[in-house]
Amino acid sequence: MNPSSSLLSLLSLLLLFSSALSFQSDEFLHHDDDEFEGVRSSRDPAYVSPPVRRRPDLDLSSASDSKSVQFTLEHALGDSDFSVAGTFTARLKSWTHGGQTLTKLRFTRNAISDAEKGLFERLLKEDDFYTIRIPSNVLNPSGKDYVVSSVRARCLPRESLDEHFVIHTDGVNVLAVNYGSAGGCQYPRPLKFPAKWSFSSYTVLKNGEQAPRTPTFVEQLIASESPLEEGVKPPEKSFWAKYWMYVVPLGFVVMNAMAQATNAAGEDQNQGGQPAQRAPAVRRR
Amino acid sequence: MEARFFLRFLLLLSLLSLSFSIYEDQVGLADWHKRYIGKVKHAVFHAQKTGRRRVVVSTEENAIASLDLRTGDLFWRHVLGKNDVVDQLSLSLGKYVLTLSSRGSVLRAWNLPDGQMVWETILQVSNPTDLLLHVLGNVKSGRDSLILACNGGFIGAVSSIDGVIVWKKELSVDGLKLKHVFQPPESDTIYAIGFIDTSQIALYHLNAKTGELLKHATQSSPVDLSSEISVISIDSLVVLDSTRSSLLLIKFTDGTITHHHKPLSGIAKDFSDTAELIPTKLNDIFVVKTPSSVSFVKVKGDNELELIEKSDQTGIVSDSLTLSEEEQAFAVVHHSSNAINFQVQINGREVLTEAIQIEEHRGRVKSVFLNNYLKTDKSHGFRALIVMEDESLLLVQQGAVVWSREDGLASISNAVPAELPVEKEGVSVVEVEHTLLEWLKGHMLKLKGTLMLATPDDMGAIQAMHLKSSGRNKMTRDHNGFRKLIIVLTQSGKVYALHTGDGRIVWSYLLTPLLQSQRCPSPSVLTLRNWRVPHHNALQENPSVLLVGRCGPSLESQGFLSIVDSYSGKELETLILDHSIAEVVPLPLADSSEQKLHLIIDNDLNAHLYPRSSDSLKVFIGDMANMYYYKVENAKGVVKGYAFKEGHGTGSSDEYCFSTRELWSLVFPSDSERIVATARRKMTEVVHTQAKIMTHQDVMYKYISKNMLFVATVSPKATGGIGSAGPDEASLVAYLIDTVTGRILHRVTHQGAQGPVHAVVSENWVVYHYFNLRAHRYEMTVIEIYDHSRADNKDLMKLVLGKHNLTAPITSYSRPEVTTKSQSYFFTHSVKTIAVTTTARGITSKQILIGTIGDQVLALDKRFLDPRRTANPSQEEKEEGIIPLTDSLPIIPQSYVTHTLQVGDLRGIVSFPATLESTTHVFSYGIDLFYTRIAPSRTYDSLTDEFSYVLLLITVVVLVVAILVMWAMSKKQDLQEKWR
Repeated sequence: MNPSSSLLSLLSLLLLFSSALSFQSDEFLHHDDDEFEGVRSSRDPAYVSPPVRRRPDLDLSSASDSKSVQFTLEHALGDSDFSVAGTFTARLKSWTHGGQTLTKLRFTRNAISDAEKGLFERLLKEDDFYTIRIPSNVLNPSGKDYVVSSVRARCLPRESLDEHFVIHTDGVNVLAVNYGSAGGCQYPRPLKFPAKWSFSSYTVLKNGEQAPRTPTFVEQLIASESPLEEGVKPPEKSFWAKYWMYVVPLGFVVMNAMAQATNAAGEDQNQGGQPAQRAPAVRRR
Repeated sequence: MEARFFLRFLLLLSLLSLSFSIYEDQVGLADWHKRYIGKVKHAVFHAQKTGRRRVVVSTEENAIASLDLRTGDLFWRHVLGKNDVVDQLSLSLGKYVLTLSSRGSVLRAWNLPDGQMVWETILQVSNPTDLLLHVLGNVKSGRDSLILACNGGFIGAVSSIDGVIVWKKELSVDGLKLKHVFQPPESDTIYAIGFIDTSQIALYHLNAKTGELLKHATQSSPVDLSSEISVISIDSLVVLDSTRSSLLLIKFTDGTITHHHKPLSGIAKDFSDTAELIPTKLNDIFVVKTPSSVSFVKVKGDNELELIEKSDQTGIVSDSLTLSEEEQAFAVVHHSSNAINFQVQINGREVLTEAIQIEEHRGRVKSVFLNNYLKTDKSHGFRALIVMEDESLLLVQQGAVVWSREDGLASISNAVPAELPVEKEGVSVVEVEHTLLEWLKGHMLKLKGTLMLATPDDMGAIQAMHLKSSGRNKMTRDHNGFRKLIIVLTQSGKVYALHTGDGRIVWSYLLTPLLQSQRCPSPSVLTLRNWRVPHHNALQENPSVLLVGRCGPSLESQGFLSIVDSYSGKELETLILDHSIAEVVPLPLADSSEQKLHLIIDNDLNAHLYPRSSDSLKVFIGDMANMYYYKVENAKGVVKGYAFKEGHGTGSSDEYCFSTRELWSLVFPSDSERIVATARRKMTEVVHTQAKIMTHQDVMYKYISKNMLFVATVSPKATGGIGSAGPDEASLVAYLIDTVTGRILHRVTHQGAQGPVHAVVSENWVVYHYFNLRAHRYEMTVIEIYDHSRADNKDLMKLVLGKHNLTAPITSYSRPEVTTKSQSYFFTHSVKTIAVTTTARGITSKQILIGTIGDQVLALDKRFLDPRRTANPSQEEKEEGIIPLTDSLPIIPQSYVTHTLQVGDLRGIVSFPATLESTTHVFSYGIDLFYTRIAPSRTYDSLTDEFSYVLLLITVVVLVVAILVMWAMSKKQDLQEKWR
């Protein structure tokens, strides 16, 4: 690898990373701020938390009206079968109107085994797919319906393997999981191995967005008319900005006229000799 | 004086360019409209002694129409719509047409001469089953005649004058199905015969005037009865038993039931096959059809059966036609090698045999309706309406086809555009214009018209010239791309090529009869695609289309492909495949001879590549890593995405077969969401600008991806009609999904909204139409999606220094940073279908084509569906063309593309570009066809047909003359000045 390209990739990495950071703060959160939780500290990219399995009863104690649910993440490396790769823990919140939603999603990844590492290396070489799945119904996983997502394995490696989950939920059902790298993915995808063989994960829980109601205009028009009268007038343009197109030609005309006037004045001085010159010209015809 | 003249000229010129909607005299210049009726299922002839002869028909497309028997033209037509299926058709009193529709619950009478509805009666029917409509001719209750409508155990008697229900009788017996109603002459009793379940025969006597049940008798049958009956006289019928091996002859005399059981093998030896009774109404004769033969059996006396005729060909038999008291005629049609044999028999005696030549591409005869007329020598002549396999309707008389109607075109399922051949050398446009003199004369006429000096005769001549001129019906390609072929596929599997100039049929091709064989028992065509669209390196090749179909009715049956030349309609190649067909995926790739690559996905999710050539294989494998496929399973509420990999799943060595692997899946929870609509961008759509310039010199990049899929789901309760769910139970969720990664780009819930949802996706926006239960109105929402990851390309310095990433390849695996803008508007109409205009380069602004409930096409400017509309747009926004926000979308009467016409039972709108950027072709189809060209931003890139070149020429000449005159004058004046 030549130094310039490595510099470039480093630069892009940095860029991507910063975009990821900014993304974190921009994220629209539906219920409360703590929905967005990665396992590791987002400030320090080098820090990777040890994959500790959290005990669900810890969460149970915190709120009486909510209970904790756990569901597993399974992955498949290329054509292999699915195997357990991590655990999601979320709190189930019951609403007064009867609905239930998942909040406070946490994720713990299992450590990568040597066999998996070997498989992953092969995936990277072949530019094959890394596939994950989670059950679509987290309360009673039937083992039949899974939401599946895949990514080209070469999109993942950075310093470590950076992954980003967006879990779309509808109440307690998982509608879809969107899995991918934390930032962008270059194309064509270069072969690159991560420095650290561990995953650093970001997870986002997304609920549906409500469409605004179609404006019914009678009130709104009335409402919008009153501030108009008060005068949110467009910023007054300067005289020059408004009328330059008239002023410039006018200037030309004036200049022309002045030039002509001076010319005419000059001609007036010469006028005495003119009739004498004209007469022979007419005679020639 | 001169100056005023000029001014007038200029004014006229400017007026010409201002015309936006068309004028009355421009109707039919660029557009055409064709009316059809669909496949005829009932026909009733009307042979009044005086007046024109006509036939009343009802069709599979739920149209009733009156046709001229001499020409096949329509007198009148009504389209009843999808939910109002016509079950029975009859005539009453010689002046009303009666229809029983909506599963026997609506009875209507139409005036025969003009088709106006006279009355309509709703019959309350509990569980509709077998429907009978019986017009009693001889009930003398006043001068009225009664119409009996039977349905299961229900009989209703309706007055034919005003549609009042005279009486109704519900014979409350479980499992009763009335099969036949009759009334002996000069009697006040009506007899109704029915079967109770399959074991008993029941006979009811009813008072014809009051409906009072006088008597009833039941008798158990010795065999299990099937539902196939044949009425052989007014008081007897034949029933087939449920094993289809024997017959029961039932006779009703004086209120008693007598029956005789006859095994079929007793009639002829080889009646061992399963037989069918053809439901005919013949006098003492019934028709038995076995897979190999058709037999006519006569009933003699009480229980004697005699085989009259047996033919080995399977023929089609018409209903009987009463000629006189004793004589009854019926027609049988057989196929011979390349003609059909039309045979008429009177009382089992053959009286007429004609061989009629019929074009091969019409397929086989499907049904026959016989009619008689009085010849000049006072003998009986016969004619028949024949419905063919391609759903066309023919009238045959005296051994020839008198007229034919291409009614298959009423059931178009798919339409694609195709180019016409390039003009050959030696045939120039001037030839069309004949001579210079003619040309000049034509333009003088036009000029006269423009200056309003033309007489009515001249106007007529101008009109005729318009229709004839511009060579719009020529069979060659034109410079503007206005002349094209529209290739359509109909339900019957027939392919037609229509000329855009006048809608005539250039060629037609029916594949299925040619294909029918042992390997392919019942072929049916599924879809039509463009197979070869020559561009650069294969201009010598003709364009062609691909037909894909199945060999049998089940989803598992094997498929076939057929390639048809677009210029001639000749079949180039037909392949019967070894695998089933679940979906046809056209790829954006072509091989070296410009044949488009297609993947056919079978039921086991294997992908088969076509065309099968090493060249196409090379092209495909080169791009296989970037090929994805998605599948929407509506029933399960699942959307899945797949990638392809080499090697067949079952391990066969077919190198053109690829297996798939699941990459992603979305599961919509079945208790809260059902998929009701999906839409995606047209593969051929061209986007001209990737960025949108906002006010304040701001730039937003459009998120333009061909892989964007729109999915709409509604809550299960709201899947029914409007009103089935309350606003709190109903919700609609709209999704934008990337089909490569399965990423949900946008998701929005509309509370209190429900389907039906119609959507269209184009460029970076989607527009969808649904019903808002809270506002009790239809609504249209637009979502525009913008890409934020490219937002930093705005920097001009970066652009100059080449540091922008505009040319970097875009991959779906990068997490997109998208923003959406959305806005909802109320819309007055419910919508049947929705489409968008497409132009050659995508520069012209878009119009949304809405098929309204009134069967018209409305062109709505996309600017009205701009999410950035605000109530008080600022000065900059106004300059940009943003319309002030209103809560509903305006419907401007002039923006109906179909002007005053209706496209009956509108089902689809197709828009395809002309070569001229400003113009697009619009083809809409239902029972009727309508085609026109529209220019969404007006024809800014060409002069209209109306433009008068002579006027321009004269203007120039006059100007030159004026200049010369002025010059001379000024010179003269100058001279005078100098002499002074």
